Amino acid sequence: MTSARVVITGLGAVSPLGLTAAELWSGLTAGRCGIARIKAFDPTGLPCELAGEVPPYRVQDHVPKVLRKAAKLMCRDIELSVIAAKEAVASSGLITKGVDPEKANVDPTRFAINIGAGMISCDLEELGPATAASVTDGRFDLRKWGKDGMRQITPLWLLKYLPNMLACHIGIIHDIQGPSNTITCAEASAHLAIGEAAQIIARGSADIALAGGAEAKVNMMIMVRQNLLKRVVMNRNDTPESACRPFDVDAAGAVFGEGGGVLVLESLDHAQARDARILAEIAGIGQSHSIHTPYAEMEPEGTGIRIAVEKAMADAGIGPEDLDLILPHGTGVPHDDLAEARALEAALGPAVRRIPVWPTKSLLSTTGAAAGALDIIAAVKAMNERLIPPARNFTKPASGCDLSILTQSRGGRIRHALCCSHTFGGQTAAVVLKSIDGGAGR
Amino acid sequence: MRTSETRERVVVTGMGIVCPLGHDVASLWEGLLSGRSGVGRTTLFDASTFPTTFDAEVKGYDFRRHIRHPEFHEGCSRGSGFVLGATVQACKQAKIEVETSKPADGIDRTRMGIYLGAGEGSLDNDSFFGSIIAGWDAEQQRMVWPRSIRVAMGQMSAVRELEQEPNMAAGHTAMLTGARGPVRSCLTACAASTQAVGEASMIIRRGDADIMVAGGVHSMIHPLGITGFNLLTALSQRNDSPETASRPFSGTRDGFVIGEGAAILILESLTSARRRGVPILAEIAGYGCSSDAFRVTDMHEEGRGAAQAMIAALADAGLTTDDIDYINTHGTSTQENDSIETLAIKTVFKDRARQVPVSSIKSMLGHLIGAAGAAEIIASVLAIHHNIVPPTMNLHDPDPKLDLDYVPNAPRKMPVNTVMKESFGFGGQNNVVILKRFREEA
Repeated sequence: MTSARVVITGLGAVSPLGLTAAELWSGLTAGRCGIARIKAFDPTGLPCELAGEVPPYRVQDHVPKVLRKAAKLMCRDIELSVIAAKEAVASSGLITKGVDPEKANVDPTRFAINIGAGMISCDLEELGPATAASVTDGRFDLRKWGKDGMRQITPLWLLKYLPNMLACHIGIIHDIQGPSNTITCAEASAHLAIGEAAQIIARGSADIALAGGAEAKVNMMIMVRQNLLKRVVMNRNDTPESACRPFDVDAAGAVFGEGGGVLVLESLDHAQARDARILAEIAGIGQSHSIHTPYAEMEPEGTGIRIAVEKAMADAGIGPEDLDLILPHGTGVPHDDLAEARALEAALGPAVRRIPVWPTKSLLSTTGAAAGALDIIAAVKAMNERLIPPARNFTKPASGCDLSILTQSRGGRIRHALCCSHTFGGQTAAVVLKSIDGGAGR
Repeated sequence: MRTSETRERVVVTGMGIVCPLGHDVASLWEGLLSGRSGVGRTTLFDASTFPTTFDAEVKGYDFRRHIRHPEFHEGCSRGSGFVLGATVQACKQAKIEVETSKPADGIDRTRMGIYLGAGEGSLDNDSFFGSIIAGWDAEQQRMVWPRSIRVAMGQMSAVRELEQEPNMAAGHTAMLTGARGPVRSCLTACAASTQAVGEASMIIRRGDADIMVAGGVHSMIHPLGITGFNLLTALSQRNDSPETASRPFSGTRDGFVIGEGAAILILESLTSARRRGVPILAEIAGYGCSSDAFRVTDMHEEGRGAAQAMIAALADAGLTTDDIDYINTHGTSTQENDSIETLAIKTVFKDRARQVPVSSIKSMLGHLIGAAGAAEIIASVLAIHHNIVPPTMNLHDPDPKLDLDYVPNAPRKMPVNTVMKESFGFGGQNNVVILKRFREEA
């Protein structure tokens, strides 16, 4: 019989705090802020000139030599996912084709992948010459574009920007021939992808899965979009490190950024059989939806978030008294944070005031499809290090946000952690992690 | 995670479609039986100078005429409008109330979810290219970003930008139906909605929902979408004969014809369908998913991933190739797909390959990309219901290397109890769903 229990055996994180999960953790514990003025392009003219950007890297360093040509077809979102996947695989001790084709010890047909992705915006500079060749009287001329302009673009252009290419490139590198999916639910993507991958293992369709998400939001068009939607914090361009303040009385909006987070998920049986280092168990998954008119904001009571949390807790078979940590979505958008606080209170009852809440986006920014994966990685690290770092940029709670947000670090055992996410458009998700502290038995 | 002791049977209790052959299921079936083509000159934008000047468009459709409260969805993308219409039809057939906060249909909304294979919406072209023109420095061959930002911030609309996100279609569907169960949206290119139907079935089978609104939506008929496919030379360029351009398995095929639309199925646990006493249209018997792990530019030469997905679906359904009466193919009319798909069918079906009728309705409908699989699943359910296999039209010049029974040019009356539906995404994500006539005994 296959086990329905699914565990985490590898972590890979690329974030504004560094190119590895270790740097993510050390940055979070040190309270180092990854948010700064945008470097990828000159943001002058945007109400919010801030972003969380990943430090410089060379993608060639992260792709096997034989696939260097394929790296030319990777947009930044794909690159971030490929780098995170490489670290996740390496840390799991699995030997895939991408690690060493001679010694690969993974059955490719029992290997699944599920990577959340955002709506990828193309590199505008790449379209510059083609667009410039398609102008009449200062305006874009579609007939010229069809006749001449488009021919200046590289033939494989489209393939660089399809969201499913994150999973496809990683799958090619590591020889993943089992189920493959691309969840595109914006900031809820990674939790939904990880949840689905865990269920794919639990139903017996795979033994191992790479799951997570990646997104590069530091693109002019994407940033314009977030500014137009007024989700960003405005007029704090001079104080980037204190700009993003989830649940704080002075919160005034989100800061967007980029990242990639990938987990190695494995059936407990498979992990034990190969004597893998087990980092945590995926104990419960919950999903729902926010329904609200106007639909482009969270419903004020956070009903969709509450239902997702309740379902995840029921799936894990635990109550609020079993929970020792909550990583909320907490973007710093006051309306959304209040809805989330109300939802947590409704789902968990008075116990919520005893459970430490650790929002991470004050340091990481909102990294789109990567966000949920980076939070799960942070939670797994906290569990294994028995340490909850303090929340940053939190001094006094916003009205109605009665959560126990830590301003000082706290040690001790974390039996279960709850990670939440939600997004514009309405999808909500929650994941309950269980510590394997004291063995993966029971 | 909680495990389910029983395996819920999953049935189809409603269907709805908005596609190039019409705005309801009856029009689709009438079109398929009469061999009608949904293809014509491109009217959605001026494509007169593009390499391809035709497509399969949804004509004369306005979502506002199909719902009571269009004001809640004002500004939605073309694709989301299609989904609203298709969902209303499917829910009506399945006796699910929509557009009400107090449904009296006896369905617990937290037990009703949504799974869409959904594509991104069209760019706001004038503002998008206008922003590039404003910022492009032709001498330096680079963008001067603040110039571009000024134009983009001045011209772009927040709603228009938000509605491009691929998860928004699921958001509109949730608002329409009140669904509060698991909601996911995926985008595995041309396989997305077959994947959505397959994974939605797994959600019901696992017991996480009683009802799933599942299907797909996509419209890539916009300048950058067509540009991308034209650059890849994936589209037919038979501009002198649009209606015969989509000719799957023909020796003179030269690429696919892009279409658009939305196709929605109501999937339901047998327990729920019986409880509610709704007519059952077919059963989802099995689902298989795989990835090629080969190249992002090409399918695996031997159709390894395609064959693996078929085998996985058969195993999941507990069926053998002898049980399959009809294969509804991916059949895109590209050189590569039709050859490799034929090869994969031969690999799996062996001696029986030439005896099983296989056809492609893309010959009439065009390729609906993310929505293609769900539209073709609806056609497969209809094939079972009517005991008629829809034809592959425009198959007058057989390819000597392709020697299966492609049901050329005319529908075929024959017993159809079990159908295999295949979809293969660009990049190598393969999905197969098996449908069968519903019988009380499993």
